[in-house]
Amino acid sequence: MLVHMSDLFAGYAEALQGSRAWDEMFAPGFTLRTDYRPVERVLEELSLDDVTARADSMSRTFLDRGVTFDYAGEERAWPLDIVPRVIPADDWDVLERGVSQRVRVLEAFLDDVYSTMSVVRDGVVPRALITTSAHFHRAVHGFRPAGGVRVHVSGIDVVRDAEGIFRVLEDNVRVPSGVSYVLENRRAMSKGLPEAIGSVNVRPVEEYPRRLLAALRKSAPSDIEDPVVVVLTPGVYNSAYFEHTLLAGMMGVELVEGRDLVTRANKVYMRTTDGERRVDVIYKRIDDDFLDPLHFRSDSVLGVPGIVNAARAGNVTIANAVGNGVADDKLVYTYMPDLTRYYLGEDPIVPNVDTFRLEEPEAREEVMDRLDELVVKPVDGSGGKGLVIGPDASPAELEELRRKVLTEPRGWIAQPVLQLSTVPTLAGGRFAPRHVDLRPFAINDGDDVWVLPGGLTRVALKEGSLIVNSSQGGGSKDTWVMSRPGAEARPAALTEPEPQVHVVGDDWPEELSQSPLDEIGLLPEQQQQQGGASC
Amino acid sequence: MLSRIAESLFWIGRYVERADGTSRILDVHLERLNGASAQEQETVTRELLTIMGVPQPEEYTLGSLLNTLAYTRSSTHSVAGSLGAARENARRARETVSSSLWEALNTTWYGLGQHRRDVVGTYRFCHWVLERTAMIRGLADSTMSHDEAWLFLELGRSLERADMTARMLATRESEALGLSWVNMLRCAGAYESFLRTQRATVGEEHAGEFLLLDRLFPRSVLRALQDAEECLMALDPSYQRVGFMDDARRIVGEMRSTLEYSTPDQLAASLPIFLHQVQLSCARASEAITNKYFSRGQELSWVGEVS
Repeated sequence: MLVHMSDLFAGYAEALQGSRAWDEMFAPGFTLRTDYRPVERVLEELSLDDVTARADSMSRTFLDRGVTFDYAGEERAWPLDIVPRVIPADDWDVLERGVSQRVRVLEAFLDDVYSTMSVVRDGVVPRALITTSAHFHRAVHGFRPAGGVRVHVSGIDVVRDAEGIFRVLEDNVRVPSGVSYVLENRRAMSKGLPEAIGSVNVRPVEEYPRRLLAALRKSAPSDIEDPVVVVLTPGVYNSAYFEHTLLAGMMGVELVEGRDLVTRANKVYMRTTDGERRVDVIYKRIDDDFLDPLHFRSDSVLGVPGIVNAARAGNVTIANAVGNGVADDKLVYTYMPDLTRYYLGEDPIVPNVDTFRLEEPEAREEVMDRLDELVVKPVDGSGGKGLVIGPDASPAELEELRRKVLTEPRGWIAQPVLQLSTVPTLAGGRFAPRHVDLRPFAINDGDDVWVLPGGLTRVALKEGSLIVNSSQGGGSKDTWVMSRPGAEARPAALTEPEPQVHVVGDDWPEELSQSPLDEIGLLPEQQQQQGGASC
Repeated sequence: MLSRIAESLFWIGRYVERADGTSRILDVHLERLNGASAQEQETVTRELLTIMGVPQPEEYTLGSLLNTLAYTRSSTHSVAGSLGAARENARRARETVSSSLWEALNTTWYGLGQHRRDVVGTYRFCHWVLERTAMIRGLADSTMSHDEAWLFLELGRSLERADMTARMLATRESEALGLSWVNMLRCAGAYESFLRTQRATVGEEHAGEFLLLDRLFPRSVLRALQDAEECLMALDPSYQRVGFMDDARRIVGEMRSTLEYSTPDQLAASLPIFLHQVQLSCARASEAITNKYFSRGQELSWVGEVS
């Protein structure tokens, strides 16, 4: 289908010709992808003035509502681009199953690592892989957390490569953040681009806090009738503080700091105006290292002394479990396909990115020769910390990197530079292709893994840049997963061949559409909790 | 509720009310100051800042007065500083305060910098602050459940209001400031109320009595103390046959009855002393509330090393 574009898209076709990346909105030849039609129809009607006014209004609203992030010590409005990222229902089905599978593997792996280590005994991974991980905590070895879940909340980062195949870039099972921006982005977009969002069936995201609370309550120690849930934050200076307040507020539970909690006889209490009150489930938003000065950093003033012992005694559930970092170690990531087959007897639904393990001599040799064309990452970093993109690095930086890798090969992995897919993004008065990634969020309540439709799409605002982190000039996009009942909006004749995503095992049951009854079923619990927590 | 959050709410109440009271006082005194000679301005500024109990600036000019009472962000004695502190407290208690209340405080904070810092600009600034604080109070009242959290907010507000009205009255007592009773009443927003209550049959000399003792006017000292007392009772309803376990309630109640049961002559004769006592009681009550509800005195802290 040929598109008559407004001036805003002037130059987009040319820009695409110079790019090897997959564009989410346009297929090669500047053909509009079907699922983007409603978006395109609305954007076409708008002039630059309209778009700018809407963008300004969205950012003003963010500032007023306090949806901000810290940039060089200053509160800035959360950057949201006006063009949404659309994910067709078929693509989402695969991603959803893939993410859910991934979570089940990570859960099984962690349970194994902290108990019998059969995965080592059976020769799937070397023992050293686990014991040398910086986040393998012996303090939590040998017990299963109350409730039996370790990965309550996860964020599995995926990207789409030049062939249109989704690949997992990294797993985050410690303290994945960003879900509050998913909720806020949707809120803002329903005011910023109401014509588009009203004309399509976008799957809703607002049930996330309810799902989270239900999962947290379900994982409470078994003898508790009406569990008290709290969110544990490092405090107002943490860059994700906004998210902590939002989630606590939307779940109707207390947001506590370490100093609000006290442990006595392996039980955790919070200090209230009525004296001390027992706490059963802690949604922990603090790094393990700072959680308990008894076991980890003794100089931490953010944590709660004795909290790990309370968890070991089964008197409190900590979500996510302490010690999860061993699973999102990037060297463990390279074993994920093997682990998937080992624990589930399945092949991975969403593949990894090809990765070199630098502790293996052959791989290391090859990588040393090709440093300037690869991406090298520290295995325990998150948020793009310490990552070096070869083609963008100076010779001095590469030399420094080479030295670091050779000193500690276990600490690094290398991957080819991926051409992340692009989405039109407002830049310099018109739309231009910018690279995006995606972080879907999953909640595991012990029986089911629920994946929030969509997730956080981050976009690199600088031309050609692959760095999407907001701390380094990245922005975000609302992520629209199209729902299947709206299929009549896509006449078969106009449907293009969709990109083939790497799928193994076509015998998955069709995803059932959300039943409204499921949501109603969760409500009474929520209200009880609110009543119980307002002390 | 969490002690830390209760403390934040208490201080949101205090800071918002302080911004409101300070704006009123500044507004009414600016009128006179504007036309005064430099010499007079210095005396008045010095006097006013002493009554407001703020740290004294290096020089006493109109500019330093405006800065100290209106614009300095680093001190919670100024309007801008109070509103900033209220916003910071709300940020720490964000999951407890309603989102409308938070948003009102947040947008107010962003609006602080949009005013000209001269005399005319300050008139507008004061007016704007009164509007914003009214809005903040209204939103707190209508969007938060009147539960414990709200009671702490209300408690802070009432105590600060008693204190602020006492200071307003104290500025009338100062010769140098030369404030008329009519302006005094306007400052408290009480002029019409006073006229209707007294039906203009009695003289203006009763204006002080009105602002101090009227049981129905919401900004009178007595009424504010009554409000504070009610909050304290609601927060700790435990009934005792004898005496009070609650220091704050004792302090506030004592002050309230002293005012209520003094004769007009006693009050007239030693008004400045009464006003000073009110301010003192508010400070001591605030301290007692801190000890009872927010104290971290017995907080455990881990100081040992892991061996």
